[in-house]
Amino acid sequence: MVSAQDRGFLETTLGRPLTALELACFENLWSEHCSYRSTRALLKTLPTTGENVILGPGDDAAIVRFSDTCALAIGMESHNHPSYVDPYDGAATGVGGIVRDVISMGARPIALMDPLYFGPPDQEKNRYLFEHVVSGIGDYGNCIGVPVVRGELVFDDSYSGNPLVNVVCVGVVHPENYLSARVKQPGNRLVLVGASTGRDGLGGASFASRDLAEDAEAEDRPSVQIGDPFAEKLLIEATLAMAETGKVRSCRDLGAAGLAGASSEMASTFGARIEADRVHLRERGMNEVEIMLAESQERMLLEVAPEDVPLMGAIAEKYDLVWSDIGEVIAARRYVVTFRGDVVCDLPIDLLVGGAPEEPWPGEPSHHETAFAAPPGDLRDLCLAVLSHPDVADTTWVSRQYDHHVQIRTLSTDHDAAVLRLGNDALVLSCGCNPRHIYLKPYEGAANAVLENASNLACRGADPLCIVNCLNFASPVHPEVYWQLSQSVAGMGDMARTLGIPVVGGNVSLYNESDEWDTRIKPTPSIGMAGRGPQIGYSPPREGCVLALVGETRPEFGGSVLDAVTGCGGSAPTVGDPSLLGPIRDLIRTGAVEAVCDLSHGGLIVALAKMAPAASVHLPGNPLEQLFSESYGRFLVACRDPGVLKGIPCEVIGEVGSGPLSIRCGSQSLSLGAAEIEKARATLTRLMSY
Amino acid sequence: MRFAVVQFGGSNCDRDVHHVLESVCGVDADLVWYKERLGNRYDAVVIPGGFSYGDYLRAGAIAARTPIMADIIGHAGAGGLVLGICNGAQIGAESGLVEGTFTMNSTPKFICEWVYLRVETTDSPFTSAYRQGEVIRIPIAHKEGRFVTTPDILVRLEQEGRIAFIFCDEQGAVTAESNPNGSLGNITGILGKENNVLMMMPHPERASEDIVGSADGKRLFDSMIAYIERGE
Repeated sequence: MVSAQDRGFLETTLGRPLTALELACFENLWSEHCSYRSTRALLKTLPTTGENVILGPGDDAAIVRFSDTCALAIGMESHNHPSYVDPYDGAATGVGGIVRDVISMGARPIALMDPLYFGPPDQEKNRYLFEHVVSGIGDYGNCIGVPVVRGELVFDDSYSGNPLVNVVCVGVVHPENYLSARVKQPGNRLVLVGASTGRDGLGGASFASRDLAEDAEAEDRPSVQIGDPFAEKLLIEATLAMAETGKVRSCRDLGAAGLAGASSEMASTFGARIEADRVHLRERGMNEVEIMLAESQERMLLEVAPEDVPLMGAIAEKYDLVWSDIGEVIAARRYVVTFRGDVVCDLPIDLLVGGAPEEPWPGEPSHHETAFAAPPGDLRDLCLAVLSHPDVADTTWVSRQYDHHVQIRTLSTDHDAAVLRLGNDALVLSCGCNPRHIYLKPYEGAANAVLENASNLACRGADPLCIVNCLNFASPVHPEVYWQLSQSVAGMGDMARTLGIPVVGGNVSLYNESDEWDTRIKPTPSIGMAGRGPQIGYSPPREGCVLALVGETRPEFGGSVLDAVTGCGGSAPTVGDPSLLGPIRDLIRTGAVEAVCDLSHGGLIVALAKMAPAASVHLPGNPLEQLFSESYGRFLVACRDPGVLKGIPCEVIGEVGSGPLSIRCGSQSLSLGAAEIEKARATLTRLMSY
Repeated sequence: MRFAVVQFGGSNCDRDVHHVLESVCGVDADLVWYKERLGNRYDAVVIPGGFSYGDYLRAGAIAARTPIMADIIGHAGAGGLVLGICNGAQIGAESGLVEGTFTMNSTPKFICEWVYLRVETTDSPFTSAYRQGEVIRIPIAHKEGRFVTTPDILVRLEQEGRIAFIFCDEQGAVTAESNPNGSLGNITGILGKENNVLMMMPHPERASEDIVGSADGKRLFDSMIAYIERGE
């Protein structure tokens, strides 16, 4: 609802009461989801420019130069609330929405990534959400032929009752031919193409901007949209064919706040007059509020010159899509809607779009770190307990449900980065963050999320090009949450500046808390990162390779997987050293090493289990610290000749073999067989297969 | 020599097949939108994978009833080559181009993974570049790919040598574990009555370049090209 304060301000400004449609427009467009009123000041602090940034934040998606003939269109969005109420459709339409953001730039979508956050999978409700979110993403992405190439899975109590579904989409377009979502010329027509409008998804933007009540599943179901990936696929081909004509002046997809949101934001460079009666509908008797605010999926709005309308209509019809010419760009800076001969909305467009007053929130630091207490138990059991945590489990159960080969660009999806061929280079993609670290140290944790994704890219020899983000937080009404949010943005921005990676887009999802489960999510500033590297896939290191650990290990257990399984506490990691990224990239590019992976969730034991499950390893120092610390900026390198590591701070720790993983550390030694490791890491397969 | 790659609404491997034919195999290929007619200028027709009509009703069912399918059936009847891949195979089976049906996987989930296939016959325009019994590596990506048919038809398919590919393990052993979707007899590629039609669930176009993990699928297209060149 529009607050009494906002309503009073608006009615005083306009000097009259608001119409029903105007009220609904403000309710949605002034929501956090559309207006960033709680976060605008924070977001301004992020670095958004760079030599490769062609179009930064603010449009449907960002445009970033990849080569002279190829630019990336990239965006990231959350679909958290709908995915709790209806996990299958909520997740599916999350994919649909971000894909349309990319197509509306005139770009062909080529890859998706989906960082997902759930409550623990030993609870049936969480397994249900997990299963249906994955199905929803898979069925939608598979149908439209866009491969899901990466993801992240985090399971934590704080997501029970409020799972997070974030999706990154990357598309490609010629750097000179992308479309924008800003109208160019008064007198041009606004053409709506795609699905007919029904009463689905009413008020989704405002729904996304409050917390989930106890009866959310029943009450909010009408706010969840139902996706039709077949219509989306047609819309991809039709929009790209329209863009190809060179006659589309601007283009915007219909997402949050429906036609009202898309048309007003798109027209805010001038003004617009919309005739609501001309919108093609799938239900009878819809009123102007329903027509303008419905979030029916798979729709696109295009600005074209009047003489080009028939050409666009013919293309839509070729692809069996319905279209209607619903209004025009006007020179007056107003947003006008007519319905059945009446003017039902007539607002200064600048007031509606971008006029929402900022909402300041007080912040208050919070401290959740506890002193480290060495966990009891045998080192071997601790290794198996860490390897059994679902965050580090084998994710084949998920990835095999996604068509990750379609478009035949995929060279590798192994470990933490996807490698896709693109022209003569490879597009390398990574995503995620570590909410448990960020909860304990928001600034450092968010900085490390940037470092960790850049490390994943470096392990494939790639230079980062850009970051997109989803700032998923609980309600900023809690001073602690607002503090976590502001610290996270500061940490993300500082590391992005250090590494020279612009943050080109994203979204904000607040109010992620559940009355039903009495939970507030841990701060989750998830990021997606795209980079450019060589066309090199991943192959496991062969027997006889020397294993070396690069980077400094500190006793940083707070928020680690060891902490999650034992409650050992400790300090969360400080900001990692970014200086090793360059040398690691060079090792891969020159072919000096056989394989590299960075150390993240679960520490060294997990990196060994993934990259070198048959090896003999000898570690100096404290076994717990060596095996389980999650200090950032560290890499496990496998090479034939350790001489190639000269000048890089590292320690040779062992050799790839053919038997079990045998580890010696001080006076302790242990051995894990391949079958044991596989069994431990099969947690998700075991829980989810039937 | 000219190939047609047919595009239905929802086809999504059309551009991939086109890429492999033109850029990898070096033959001419046209993308043909389903509302156009086929004409008689093509030596071979490929019905690519995807989700024609969103798999609504039943995978392949609606596309099978479009006018262009009548053209494709006519093309096959005149001896022209027709290859259906994944959704293309579902459409082909729905159209009666081959016997049997592709239906929901035994575990009703989408499966995308690399599998091994054993080549069961080299006596076809699609498999002549393979060795009999050869094991090839190729990806699958489907939810409705489990081949089923009646016992009588199965016996006839075997007797007539119309089974082209079966799922196997790396060594070529045909086992339940190597059967990802529960297909009858591990079958995943079948020939039409005259051997000029092949319907298969795995994606040869995704295994036609070493850089993407395998070039075993390219020899299927090479076989077709060689057959057309021989002018049989």
